[in-house]
Amino acid sequence: MSEYLVQFNNISKFFGKVIALKDVTMRLRKGEIMCLLGDNGAGKSTLIKTLAGVHKPDEGEIIFEDKKIIFDSPRDALDIGIGTVYQDLALVSLMSVTRNFFMGREPQKGIPFFKTFDVEKANKIAAERMGQIGIDVRDPSQAVGTMSGGERQCLAISRAIYFGAKVLVLDEPTSALGVHQASMVLKYIVKAASEGLAVILITHNVHHAYPVGNSFTVLNRGRSMGTFQKKDISREKLLSMMAGGEELNKLEVELKEMDRVART
Amino acid sequence: MSVKSQSIQSKKQTGQDERLKKISPLRVLLNRPELGALGGSILVFIFFGIVAGDTGMFSAYGALNFLDVSANLGIIAIAAAMLMIGGEFDLSIGSMIGFAGICIAIPAIYWGWPLWMSIIFAFAMAVLIGYFNGIMVVRTGLPSFIVTLAMLFILRGATLAITRLITGRTQVPGLRVLIEDDPIAWIFATDTFQWLFTWLGKMKLIALRTDGTPLATGIPPSVIWFIALTLFATWILMKTRYGNWIFASGGDKVGATNVGVPVGRVKISLFIGTAVASTIFACIQVLDAGSADTMRGTLKELEAIAAAVVGGCLLTGGYGSAIGAALGAIIFGTVSMGIFYTDVDTDWFKVFLGAMMLIAVVFNNYIRRKVTENK
Repeated sequence: MSEYLVQFNNISKFFGKVIALKDVTMRLRKGEIMCLLGDNGAGKSTLIKTLAGVHKPDEGEIIFEDKKIIFDSPRDALDIGIGTVYQDLALVSLMSVTRNFFMGREPQKGIPFFKTFDVEKANKIAAERMGQIGIDVRDPSQAVGTMSGGERQCLAISRAIYFGAKVLVLDEPTSALGVHQASMVLKYIVKAASEGLAVILITHNVHHAYPVGNSFTVLNRGRSMGTFQKKDISREKLLSMMAGGEELNKLEVELKEMDRVART
Repeated sequence: MSVKSQSIQSKKQTGQDERLKKISPLRVLLNRPELGALGGSILVFIFFGIVAGDTGMFSAYGALNFLDVSANLGIIAIAAAMLMIGGEFDLSIGSMIGFAGICIAIPAIYWGWPLWMSIIFAFAMAVLIGYFNGIMVVRTGLPSFIVTLAMLFILRGATLAITRLITGRTQVPGLRVLIEDDPIAWIFATDTFQWLFTWLGKMKLIALRTDGTPLATGIPPSVIWFIALTLFATWILMKTRYGNWIFASGGDKVGATNVGVPVGRVKISLFIGTAVASTIFACIQVLDAGSADTMRGTLKELEAIAAAVVGGCLLTGGYGSAIGAALGAIIFGTVSMGIFYTDVDTDWFKVFLGAMMLIAVVFNNYIRRKVTENK
């Protein structure tokens, strides 16, 4: 058994002539939080969808618990334990907390062909699970639309964990949240990792990623710029690696130049 | 036993939460999609009770009359509502009714098939057409509005062309004699509880013909189908996994797919549902009239959608109820028949239908905002 829970080796994905991903490699241990950093258009979304089984990689291999696997559908990825929480959270705001929590995997009872959705059991589990992360669902039949952004994010993560995720892939979990809500979500992510999950946290916000991450993979224009352990890299270095850095340096030079011209 | 005690325990736990706001029963009712339709139907009955209370509208015969009309509309409205909750439309319902009608009549009359075989044939065609609608919408990603609009024309045209080609006419009469000994046709053609009505007639509780038989002979098959389908659809929506998938597919297609809901399969099955409901409608009407007409069902798709909307279905999907659609159908059926008992010109019915729908849409939008934003 290798030390890694899951390995994505040399993943490439092409859309026609467009190279969306090229030779991206990521390896995660249990309990590790790897932050995947990249600017807009760096290929983050394509990578997520490849991890989640939506896209099939054109090159490379995915190894989970030492077995090479091929996903034919998102369901396959879910079944082996890769739980992906997308930016849109896959929550339906008109539906209740419970109905969302069990969406696609409703507990059933009764005899074959007349099986019913066990609403009572579902309500109980949903309220319990949300309670564990400190979110008091006053009424599990309330619509998800009434919850705050952070609560929704936690609901989506908690759902992925409940359904057996060993690897959590989180797409920009903090991007639309205020400081307080974001810290609530980050706290929950750290807690999940401490319970033995491997977490891939996708973000373009270094300030959110750096405090919680163990390692950092930087993606730029579809290629990996390498994976760094926290001790080997500073927040500033990470920031400048994310394409933004270079651009910002250039901008600074240009601004100075404009300033100089204006003065003369 | 253990499940029950657990649920009580969990109720107790949430009950201890001091932040649990006491929700008034009115509030709970407000969150149900069928509230508007319930209020509407009560209003309609009060109105006709006052205006037409003494005209015979609410006699056994009169009541069965407007219930029959409501029930026929309800059968397709419920299927349309389920499809709308699943996030799609079916505009080919009306044409499907006409097409199913000739699928029953032509084989039975011109090809010498037994009636039961042509009925099964009609349902098989319905499944095929519903499947085709569904697969077109799911595979191409085109709006179902367009796909089924195309099917509206194709089916109506085909119905007309095929009937004229085979029979030289646009009507196929002569089915009545075939119903008698058929093993299946009675499902769509028998008045039930006849004994009850005979008894009521004997007791002089309901109106009689001059020969002593009651004017209303029994509950029409449409009403039985209507009640059964309402219960069945409600059970599916509220109590089964598939029901949750319907809400999920209509509420957020991408999200539902991502958590493993087979959205495509759900939608295709719902399209089959509307086509099959249209065929049930066609069976009842064709066997009742004893003939198939190529124009049967014209504009029924819009009435079905209107009833579903009045019943609380959102046009954007993900919200609604079968009971609501059933109530919507009852409102339309009651008004369309009740208007004959008043002094109002029947031409005004469509005005009412449109106004009712507009009010319902505005009301539904308000409710949706309430549901999603009451923090």
